[in-house]
Amino acid sequence: MTQARPIGRFRFMDEQRVNLDGFAREDPQLGLVAFNSPSDPTPSLVIEGGVVIEMDSKPAADFDIVDAFIATHALDHAVAQEAMALDDLDYARMIVDPNVARAEVVRLAGGMTPAKLARALATLRPAELVIAMTKCRARRTPSNQAHVTNRSDDPLLLAADAATAAAFGFRELETTVPVLGDAPSNAIAVSIGAAVGSPGILIQCSVEEALELELGMRGLVSYAETVSLYGTEQIFIDGDDTPWSKAFLTSAYASRGIKMRVTSGGGSEALMGSAEGCSMFYLEARCVALARAIGSQGVQNGGIDSASVAGSVPGGVRSLMAENLMVMVRNLEACTGNDALMSESDVRRTSRTHPIFIGGSDFICSGFGSIQRYDNMFGPSQWNSEDIDDFLAMQRDWGVDAGLRTAAEPDVARLRRRAAEAVRDVYRVLGLADFTDEWLEQAVDAAGSKDVPDADLMTPLTASRLIRDTNVTMLDVIRALDDCGYDIEAQRLLEMLHARVEGHYLQTAAIFTEGMQVLSLVTDPNDYTGPGTGYTPTAARQLEIDSIRQQKSVDDLRGSQQAAASARLSATGFASPGTDPRDVVIGVSPATARAIWRTLCGLTVDEALDELLAGLEEEGCTGRIVRFNDTIDLGLIGLKAARLAGSGIGIGLQAKGTALIHRRDLTPLANLELYSVAPSLTRGAYRQMGINAGRHAKGSTPEPGRNPYSDEAIEARYHTTVVALVAIERECCDPAGFPESLTLAEER
Amino acid sequence: MTTAKSGKPLTEVTLDALRAGDLEIDDVRIHPDTLAAQARVAADHGNPQLAENFLRAAELTLLPDDRVMAIYEALRPRRSTALDLAAIADELEGLGAARNAALIREAAQVYQARNLLL
Repeated sequence: MTQARPIGRFRFMDEQRVNLDGFAREDPQLGLVAFNSPSDPTPSLVIEGGVVIEMDSKPAADFDIVDAFIATHALDHAVAQEAMALDDLDYARMIVDPNVARAEVVRLAGGMTPAKLARALATLRPAELVIAMTKCRARRTPSNQAHVTNRSDDPLLLAADAATAAAFGFRELETTVPVLGDAPSNAIAVSIGAAVGSPGILIQCSVEEALELELGMRGLVSYAETVSLYGTEQIFIDGDDTPWSKAFLTSAYASRGIKMRVTSGGGSEALMGSAEGCSMFYLEARCVALARAIGSQGVQNGGIDSASVAGSVPGGVRSLMAENLMVMVRNLEACTGNDALMSESDVRRTSRTHPIFIGGSDFICSGFGSIQRYDNMFGPSQWNSEDIDDFLAMQRDWGVDAGLRTAAEPDVARLRRRAAEAVRDVYRVLGLADFTDEWLEQAVDAAGSKDVPDADLMTPLTASRLIRDTNVTMLDVIRALDDCGYDIEAQRLLEMLHARVEGHYLQTAAIFTEGMQVLSLVTDPNDYTGPGTGYTPTAARQLEIDSIRQQKSVDDLRGSQQAAASARLSATGFASPGTDPRDVVIGVSPATARAIWRTLCGLTVDEALDELLAGLEEEGCTGRIVRFNDTIDLGLIGLKAARLAGSGIGIGLQAKGTALIHRRDLTPLANLELYSVAPSLTRGAYRQMGINAGRHAKGSTPEPGRNPYSDEAIEARYHTTVVALVAIERECCDPAGFPESLTLAEER
Repeated sequence: MTTAKSGKPLTEVTLDALRAGDLEIDDVRIHPDTLAAQARVAADHGNPQLAENFLRAAELTLLPDDRVMAIYEALRPRRSTALDLAAIADELEGLGAARNAALIREAAQVYQARNLLL
């Protein structure tokens, strides 16, 4: 039997990018269910003599390693009875109620088991999640994290891209390696580049647990995040760790003054084939409770590498956001996913991020791909370098702070050069590598590693071996920077080492401002209690959000019009009515040949007039150009032109290019032909309009010209320009002005 | 005033000191007393587990890097016998790292029950 071919409408729909995504039927057996699997345990907690003897319907004797650690370390026994007795919806309402303090929500969560908290948070609807996130995140000021990696571990490009990410406002940079051996070189290159871009940028190099700790101990990175937790025992052990090894690792980082958070995420257990029939959200609730139990200050979750698994099931995207919220109500730093790309569809990936974007979190993305997709060694991110301007525009649209700021090209160019030169100099002084001028120039200019053909893949590997063999620490890097004249950057990196000694940035949700002030749960606690409270950008920060580099004023437009000024049109005095039946008047608007010289389609006004006149001439008519100075209304300009014309036919032309044909006996708005889509007009269209006007003058009925049609967002592209052009027309308009004849000199 | 693990005041951890060759890695390491102070801050901000972590960390400042790495490795699944873990716990206890010793003894007990010993 052959499959019937679907109808065209469905063939067309099937071709859309969203249909590249996988959508799974719910299958609790496989863990392919977002919330409330039949196998999720019923919440319970029995404590006797200060010891948990039953948790979530499981007796202590049956505890696996995850249960055992949570039961021993996570729960606040003083609150447990009260918290476990709370109705799920009552607690959910407290979370969104602005009159209930965040501290109270946090206090009660301390007494809740994973199953209890999972059930309560599962009741929150999307809009409620947004409010809950606004209220419950730890830090008042939102922030963002970027990935900075490339295919060749090119130190110069890493440095230039780190400086670029810092310029765009990211406060944490995460690098990693395609080649494990390159890790120390990457850590140094990104640290230097970030220090060129801004003070106070936190740096991590995501690699295997032990190597990452070693990098931290040498001072080469300033935070760690790749400390993975899982919700089932089997997957935990497959990950070659236990809750105790992770707890020890957590303390090891703190013992060297290094910030650390753990990573988990719904769907990872299903992806690795051992979800024990439980929902993604319940398993993640275990991870979050464990994160709190081991003493981590924060969690990166929201799917992360398995975000697309969660995204494949009903309610999955909502569960990703609910995971983040769970971290917040457990009083931890939330680094809220929006990391690995979860959909081929731009619409779906935007939809997934948007509620978190407007709600605000400690880090909106736990890895915005600030580099090219192909250079992202974590795989493409939810947001990538091609989206930076989109993200900035979205911040501006909603007036929200999602951590980014606009950066001017000359500034970024200067920073990239300084970053690449600093790395080159430091590597030379430390005897790690030499770089050619060509390589450096390519790295400074590059949009991605494909633009750096001169990069030598062996360089980072050799440099990394030397860094490890000769025991290079951050102090050596700082000394080398200082020796080479980069004293500002040397000072900035030394301050990052000071931060480790002070330990303030070990507290929950810490970042540094550019003034090296720590913002954390302790110094910048979220104080949202309803409208008018909580985080509001300062005036200076709001200006950064609003002032994207693409915005233009009327003055900017006036300047660009002035650059197209021409002397071909000149006024020759009062325009009189014509008598010749072949006389057609082309009425032009007040700003013509005064302030507006170029139409929206890119043709100059002169060129549009050339074509109109030529079209009229083809039909044996004579065109006369008259500027009407007393109105900017195109219908009226066309009608006035028609009334001056011997033929009774006029053409109206606004300097921005919109045009129509009019006849003296018609009302202003009832024209014969209108070419309204000025940005899409061409020389041919103006020529045709001239021809048609000539035919009207001769009394025949031409085939009307059709507006060119396109599927582009013409209005989005041109409406701001139109507003400015109309303002300029109005400035040139004089209600007492008389019509002036204009002559158009031959093109020279 | 904050002092580094070495005892040097942070105000003396400067570029000038680095230029003079007067800085070493312990001058940019956190002092156990500082971690204890941060633990009090964490406890005051509703996170006793974070406080406990800082107190374990304060103890680990006393261990050299490679020893810390080795103990981490020993705690991974099926790396150690019960005796190995007991020895590490005793070693830590002897160094005054009682909290870490307790963590390791607790791990040994659960590892025994869950078949995670070598």
